Amino acid sequence: MTPKDNVILEVKNLNVEFTTDDGVVHAVNNVSYTVERGKTLAIVGESGSGKSVSSLAIMGLLTGTNSNVTGEVFFNGKELVGAHPDEVRKLRGDEMAMIFQDPLSALHPYYTIGDQLIEAVLVHNKISEEAARERAIEMLIKVGISSVEQRIDEYPHQLSGGMRQRIMIAMALINGPELLIADEPTTALDVTVQAQILELLRELQKEFGTAIVLITHDLGVVADLADEVLVMYAGSAVEHAGVRELFYEPQMPYTWGLLASVPQISVKKEKLDPIPGSPPSLLNLPIGCVFEPRCTFKNQVANNACVEKFPELLVVSQNHEARCHLSESQRIAIRTDRKIGKINK
Amino acid sequence: MFLMLTLLSIVVFLLFNAVPTDPARLTCGKSCTPEVIAANRIRLGLDQPLLTQYLEWIKGFFVGRTYGTGSATFECSRPCLGYSFRSGEEVTTLIVNAVPVTMYLALGAFTLWMVVGISAGIVAAKHQGKWQDRTIMGIALVGYSLPVFFVGLLLLIFAIVRWNVLPYPDYEPPFEDPVAFFQTMLLPWVTLAILYSAYYARLTRSQILETMGEDYIRTARAKGLSERVVFRKHAFRAGLTPIVTSAGLDLAGLLGGAIITEYIFSLPGLGRVAIGAVTDYDLPTITAAVLVSAVFIIIANLVVDILYVAIDPRVRIT
Amino acid sequence: MTTPILKITELEKYFPIQGKGIFNRVVGNVKAVDGISLEVFPGETLGLVGESGCGKSTAGRSMLRLIEPTAGTIEFNGQDISKIKKKELVPLRREMQMIFQDPFSSLNPRQTIGDIVGAPFQVQGVKPEGGIAKAVQGLMDRVGLNPEHFNRYPNEFSGGQRQRIGIARAIALKPKLIVCDEPVSALDVSIQAQVLNLLDDIQQEFGLAYIFIAHDLSVVRHISDRVAVMYLGKIMEIASQENLYRAPLHPYTHALLSAVPIADPDLERSRERILLTGDLPSPSNPPSGCVFRTRCFKAQARCENEIPQLRELSTGHQVACHFPMETTGTTLATGADFATK
Repeated sequence: MTPKDNVILEVKNLNVEFTTDDGVVHAVNNVSYTVERGKTLAIVGESGSGKSVSSLAIMGLLTGTNSNVTGEVFFNGKELVGAHPDEVRKLRGDEMAMIFQDPLSALHPYYTIGDQLIEAVLVHNKISEEAARERAIEMLIKVGISSVEQRIDEYPHQLSGGMRQRIMIAMALINGPELLIADEPTTALDVTVQAQILELLRELQKEFGTAIVLITHDLGVVADLADEVLVMYAGSAVEHAGVRELFYEPQMPYTWGLLASVPQISVKKEKLDPIPGSPPSLLNLPIGCVFEPRCTFKNQVANNACVEKFPELLVVSQNHEARCHLSESQRIAIRTDRKIGKINK
Repeated sequence: MFLMLTLLSIVVFLLFNAVPTDPARLTCGKSCTPEVIAANRIRLGLDQPLLTQYLEWIKGFFVGRTYGTGSATFECSRPCLGYSFRSGEEVTTLIVNAVPVTMYLALGAFTLWMVVGISAGIVAAKHQGKWQDRTIMGIALVGYSLPVFFVGLLLLIFAIVRWNVLPYPDYEPPFEDPVAFFQTMLLPWVTLAILYSAYYARLTRSQILETMGEDYIRTARAKGLSERVVFRKHAFRAGLTPIVTSAGLDLAGLLGGAIITEYIFSLPGLGRVAIGAVTDYDLPTITAAVLVSAVFIIIANLVVDILYVAIDPRVRIT
Repeated sequence: MTTPILKITELEKYFPIQGKGIFNRVVGNVKAVDGISLEVFPGETLGLVGESGCGKSTAGRSMLRLIEPTAGTIEFNGQDISKIKKKELVPLRREMQMIFQDPFSSLNPRQTIGDIVGAPFQVQGVKPEGGIAKAVQGLMDRVGLNPEHFNRYPNEFSGGQRQRIGIARAIALKPKLIVCDEPVSALDVSIQAQVLNLLDDIQQEFGLAYIFIAHDLSVVRHISDRVAVMYLGKIMEIASQENLYRAPLHPYTHALLSAVPIADPDLERSRERILLTGDLPSPSNPPSGCVFRTRCFKAQARCENEIPQLRELSTGHQVACHFPMETTGTTLATGADFATK
């Protein structure tokens, strides 16, 4: 398949299932999205939404577990799901990279950070160790580590959380990948450090032109970095929009719920509007809309459709899709009524 | 460490010399007359106060000491660990002759059990939950539960007596008669190895399973490293520390004498010497054997500590 | 002037660092809490914020003498409880309770919910009308749990439910003050809101005072009446929620608020941001003078030599800084309340 010029990653109908003693866990259900070169897609969801699992599947990091990945994933035009694991492995760390949530446990405690960085270079490049070390030093300076000559021979436990995450970023970007998947990269960090790391990611993206898939549950982080947003719930993609469209014209009750239930720093809300109930078990997903058990608006939909029919991803406008049975006029009415987003018309 | 050794020597000394039983009485068995006992007492310096006895003993290690007075003196050259009346020899000689045997036994068994145990543990971990894992762990459980004397005797009876696969054990030093050496040592090695490799198989397996679940393994894979490299460089090395610690201490314990095994297979090692001394009430020899064994363990502890620091940088104090 | 339900003065908690060597001499101290003073009034919520290592959790526990402070006074409802014997403290524990962060490790896995929530009655020897079991079921219902589940064990519940169990236990004896140590940090976003609403409701119903310790500034803004900001064991600023978030006077507060991303793309990308440089100093070796000076964009010579005291600059607004921000014309980092740029 010839790559579309501006698309670096295309995910089509990705499904991930895990076979466990309790049954089959449907972690990811028919998720599709594209990521453009140099842009940032944020994947938002809570635990159990499948946001991490879908990325691990794309990176080929689920092989060896009792998982079943189906669907198509095109990276730079190359299909990954059916490809041989070694093919995918060659891309990992080289053209596509991933960073994770907790930088202390993600770095090996017994090797210096220099060794770990050099290893990342040498696995994909046939250059000398000195040359690899040079590159490591360069990268560390770029991510803002001070006293690099000294730090490079230190061990992870000797450094702070912010520094370690910078090192993880350095390690991921050292081979100049075209795609970086960042799985909750700042969740474990203090807010001032988080701000630094987000700024770093923004700068590096500009410099290297890397596309970023940012997995997070923090809507503020999404508002800060994302160009496009994919909202996931219980394994399905329930809304997909440009960042402004998502915040100002959200179309799906779950998104409404998220926006309404999170306290904002910029304004004190009188009362938080929590989403009632809790996320469903992935062993036993409902047949109809996956959010229906917790949705306040299902009664407005005729024929009990929410319970019986799994909604398709409807196109709401250009660059905006939502998986919901409510009609457009119903949605506008609800949003106006509850003051969700910004009402223009 | 020197503090430990000093304390150790005091404890061992007191243990055996500050006893109600008269050490002089123990020097000559049944055919003892009071005169002989009295004479021996003087010769061994047992009429001296305890502190003097202790210091003389210590002095013996470094310089050698003289027993007795006048015409009945004899020199005990350094390092003098005591004099055994029962066997009529300097204890040092007894021990020095015995140590190599024990060493060969310990080192041979050690190599065998480490190779077998760790490999089995790795295989079991890699095939977790499948038949290889269950079989290996099942065998390990059995091997771990069987007492050494049982296994040893079993092997002795079947391999040597019944089936005549090997000749009766007759120890010869390896460089003098290699064939006899291996024929003699094979079964003792296997006996010990069965027990220990079972333990190390289980330990290795649990360590590897634990480290393979760590986040840094996921990072290593995300970097594009092959499974083999991930396993060897990242998982295995991380899981090594408890294995090293255990191995060091187990080896040290064996160097002090694998009593049961040596006895069953008639190996003239430190364990045999110690047991013989116990049954003969040969106090100086027992004392020396215990001391030597304890020294090995202290040294092993130190070595293990050093290795620990070399492997795990988090333990280092900057 | 109402008596504060809790008043702490110059509270300190130092953890000794032992040297190596035979005698393990104390070679230094980790100054987790280094002299903090604050008051909480009945029925109000005081938020205590700061980043990791600032000492807020240690402060919370020291205030209730769950760990013994190394110095300072604690007054509960006007009574000095800093040095009273443990035995005398026991009846007071009915009045002051704590809710913990981790819903998975703060409940004993071997006790049923009924045991856990009923424990306060048993420990304090209180016999509620109708018996303990009935009281427990009433509490469970109040916090939104099914009362029929009182025979279940903690591992059968979700994180949010376990946190509710912790809350039920804390309110069993109708305390006057609850110290909440990061009660919602470990919960999913949609569950967080439920628990926060519950805490709100209970506060109204029982007239409780809360000390709400958290690092999430949005959550703290939502639930607090007043907020105290800690850094490296010291309080930098105390103010009403509105004043702190609209016009912070301490440079650290300013930077802290500036760092929190806002869930509004246009606003978020147009506002001014202050990024702190450097790293958090070690609490065993805090900087001289003002502890924040090594990262402060306003630091000057005076900051190195003189420790700034907490002074009241306007009603109810205390700041520990030699060069606080100006109150007018400040570009507020949080944006929405007034114009940016």
